[in-house]
Amino acid sequence: MIDGLLIGSVYGLAAMGLSLIWGVMDVINLTHGAVIALGMFGMYLLFTAFHLNAYLLLLPVIAIGLIFGTLVYWTSVHWVIGRPQLSSLLSTFAVNMIIIGAGTAIWSTSPYNVNFSLPGFTVGLYTFTGNHMAAASAAVIIALALELFLYRTRPGKAIRAVADNREAAELMGISSTTVLALAFAIGIALAAASGALVSTLFPFTILSGGSYQLKSFVVTVLAGLGRPLGALFAGLLLGLLEGAVTPFIAVSWIPLIEFGLFVIVLIAFPKGIFAKAAA
Amino acid sequence: MSPQPSTAAAAAAGDRVPLGSRRPSVTQLSRRGGILRHPVFWLTLVFSGLMIAVPLHGNNVALREDLILVAVAVILASNLNLMIGYTGYVNFGHIVFYGLGGYVGLYLATVRHWNLILAALTAGASVSLLALIFGAGILRLRGAYFALATIGVLVAVNSFVSNFDPWGRSTGMYVSFDSYAPLGGPMRALWITYILIIVVMALSMILSLAIKKSKFGLGLFAIREDEDAAVVLGINARVFKAIIYSVSAFLPAVAGTLMFYKNGMIDPSIAFEYMLSLEGIVMLMLGGQGTVVGAALGGGLYERLRSYLLTSSRLSNFHLVIAGGLLLLVVLFAPGGLIGWLYRLVPRAKKVIE
Amino acid sequence: MKRFTLTTLSVFALLLTSSVAQNINIGFTVSKTGALNVDSLEQYRGFELWRDQVNAAGGIKASGKNYKVQFVGNYDDESNVKRVQQLYTRMILQDNADFLFSPYSSSLTATAAIVTEQYGKIMLTSGSAEGKTYTLGNHYLFQMFAPATEYLKGVLDMLKAKDPKATVAFVYEDASFSVAVVTPAKAYAQQLGFNVAFSEAYAPNTTDFSAIIDKVIAAKPNVLIGGGHYPDGSTLARQLYNHKVNLKMITLLVAPDSPQWSELGDAAAGVVVPSQWEPQTAFKAEYGPSGADFAKAYTAKYNVPPSYESAGGYACGMILQRAIEQAGSTDTAKVAAALNATDITTFYGKTKFATAPNEHGLQVGHSMVLAQWQRDKSGTLVKQVVWPLAGKSANLVYPIH
Repeated sequence: MIDGLLIGSVYGLAAMGLSLIWGVMDVINLTHGAVIALGMFGMYLLFTAFHLNAYLLLLPVIAIGLIFGTLVYWTSVHWVIGRPQLSSLLSTFAVNMIIIGAGTAIWSTSPYNVNFSLPGFTVGLYTFTGNHMAAASAAVIIALALELFLYRTRPGKAIRAVADNREAAELMGISSTTVLALAFAIGIALAAASGALVSTLFPFTILSGGSYQLKSFVVTVLAGLGRPLGALFAGLLLGLLEGAVTPFIAVSWIPLIEFGLFVIVLIAFPKGIFAKAAA
Repeated sequence: MSPQPSTAAAAAAGDRVPLGSRRPSVTQLSRRGGILRHPVFWLTLVFSGLMIAVPLHGNNVALREDLILVAVAVILASNLNLMIGYTGYVNFGHIVFYGLGGYVGLYLATVRHWNLILAALTAGASVSLLALIFGAGILRLRGAYFALATIGVLVAVNSFVSNFDPWGRSTGMYVSFDSYAPLGGPMRALWITYILIIVVMALSMILSLAIKKSKFGLGLFAIREDEDAAVVLGINARVFKAIIYSVSAFLPAVAGTLMFYKNGMIDPSIAFEYMLSLEGIVMLMLGGQGTVVGAALGGGLYERLRSYLLTSSRLSNFHLVIAGGLLLLVVLFAPGGLIGWLYRLVPRAKKVIE
Repeated sequence: MKRFTLTTLSVFALLLTSSVAQNINIGFTVSKTGALNVDSLEQYRGFELWRDQVNAAGGIKASGKNYKVQFVGNYDDESNVKRVQQLYTRMILQDNADFLFSPYSSSLTATAAIVTEQYGKIMLTSGSAEGKTYTLGNHYLFQMFAPATEYLKGVLDMLKAKDPKATVAFVYEDASFSVAVVTPAKAYAQQLGFNVAFSEAYAPNTTDFSAIIDKVIAAKPNVLIGGGHYPDGSTLARQLYNHKVNLKMITLLVAPDSPQWSELGDAAAGVVVPSQWEPQTAFKAEYGPSGADFAKAYTAKYNVPPSYESAGGYACGMILQRAIEQAGSTDTAKVAAALNATDITTFYGKTKFATAPNEHGLQVGHSMVLAQWQRDKSGTLVKQVVWPLAGKSANLVYPIH
């Protein structure tokens, strides 16, 4: 159960990036999974090069994520913002394919590991690994930081303004293009950070991001768009659900349950279970 | 090529569209004489005939192996076109029809020892029926939500089959060699299966053409242009969408049975390959969504690229990079794909190449 | 003038062809990337060492002719079933492979077998223990590994002698090999009177075992048996160690046999592996090199000791070579007959194939040993043979903590 909560916070972090981008510019970022995988490799490369505490290395990963996000925004997303959603789906998906293809060519599909361990602590028969706890803490800290950013700083408020009503924000003197680029970059950086955290927990390949992308969709749909803390809570919920269900059935049924849930929620609550009343 | 919404909707809803006093165009001719008069119909027959005759005549097995992959790519792209190009609904999980059809058909043909063609048709029908049921649920969603739901369906089916004992769970099903005996042994069975796949490919293209030229097709195009307006004008969008989703499942499911029978095995990882589903979209966009020839062209070209890179150890996954790059260029600068570009160069081609 | 030139040229050609060695083309794929890359590379090295030694000795000699062994293909199948089919078809149709070796792993081999049988080519399989493939009605498959049903018999017999009241848990990959190994083992365990407290298969490519480990802890077993191949096996061992699961014995398939296993450090110690061959096993070789010579040559070339995947790979080549020599030809039917008649002991052990049509090619001569990673006096991790008792190099360490 606790294991479920711990991993759930990482799901939440992963989903926050997706949710932010979706909420602010109505773009479903299909590079999300690939960026998570890049975050895993980013952490791996930094760790093999510098051998520092993996959690300190999280900061450069976030920084690189921001830069990469800006790059992706200007090459593919900017041009398709006004257009029908199909265009942004396909353009982000195209970038996804490029990343996966290049990643496979460079790193192949053989598994990689970040061999960094923090001591865990044991309660009775169960041990909670240090890495899991550190990852969960990092996820929560980043979520809180994002909330602070969005609600207490000027750029953050500008992002929320553009999300609410782009034209009105422009009339108020906010450069919406800069804001959109910033929001996208933050979304990418969040995805990269979650990947970096996951890399300390399990072996990974360039394809590992795919399952996290799917979980992010489930979480985002459960939470509704745009509210990062909502995504974090929904992530915890998903982790708890996984933890609650596994003692009773074989673990291999989990994807079916999650995606069955996903489709049902999409149909029954098209705007998300926790969506704000005002769009 | 897509007609104005109001005309399309009006036509589909039953009002007569005046043909005007100009000489009838090829498209109008075909509407009068049916698709049998259409150049693309004959092109399909000739091309399919060649694909059967050339390898068969020289007993060229290597060529046959290359062409069968092209045929499958064309089948997947053409049927996907019905959802994306005609109706405007992006189906990311399209491969689920192929995989599920493969499972049902292979099970019937090899475990229950049914006749192969009967098994394939039954697989097609049952997957179509399932699609109708699933579709009724998820087609309520629009745009990106629908696309995500189709991914959800793919993953859920994959997970279910991975746990389903009679179908071998994650290990899948392996065909014993006496399953080829009814068709005269493996060598003969492979040729027969190949011919059947080419037939399915031809049917896919003819089906695409027939739908495009029909009132039903006009209704789909109207839904693509503006669904709400189409509903207002009297098109029963819910029924149309459910039907086309179900129809787009049939031939891929049949093809799935045939292909997995030829391959002698099926397991969840190859039946429900997410990347294959997405590559179908690339093929379609590349060739020109909404057109019959575009789907075939995109499918064929992309498959050749992929096969070419297959044996290179450095580049074997590079096709994804190239595909992604091409898709990006197409989406940003040439949404009509190759055929759209052809239309711009030679406007008169619109009347002949669909 | 023209006729003179033609005759001279044809005489030249005849002379050339009779003095130049002909080739035997052997095709196979290697999982150079993907989840199976560690194990597959070891198998490939076995193939390669054999080829180099055979060619250095002049090639395979059959009916007075010398045949040089040439590998065709050697493509990367990326541990992927779909690529195996395309690549084996290509090797047969375009690369002119005369004989095939299998890819690594039961699932990939089962897939390759379909292609080789469809085109009527001989394939020797190594790295493939699952037996079902041989019941599908084949003519040209020949299995070098002892079948999956043999893997865990020794473990359970050994456990019965050591701790007859043990509680057992099975945690294994839901893939053809591990399922083929564990299914009969479960039945045998119950037959021997063990309490099977927990049994669950995890999806292939699982990297997070915490949910299943929690269930194992709740079931309170003494012994855990299972795994699959290298990535899941090594991750499972590591996570069991991190979660400090209290087990007296851990037996995992395949993964612990790799020399790479020692990289896991403390998580590696004490783990038992059913093995097709270990350097310490000393069979008297009626054909081919001795175990010591094989291990020496391998270590000299690759700087690591051979695992049983490498031994199996080498044995594939060695047994094919002998069959061609016995048949006096490279004709498929004649070589198949020679393979069917094989009944010989090499450094690898006894090799004999079943010939009844409903199980053709199944390996019926080879038996398995058990190895365990133990720390020697200097604290280095080494693999010791612990079973059968007659051939052991060290005693079983039980319990491991």
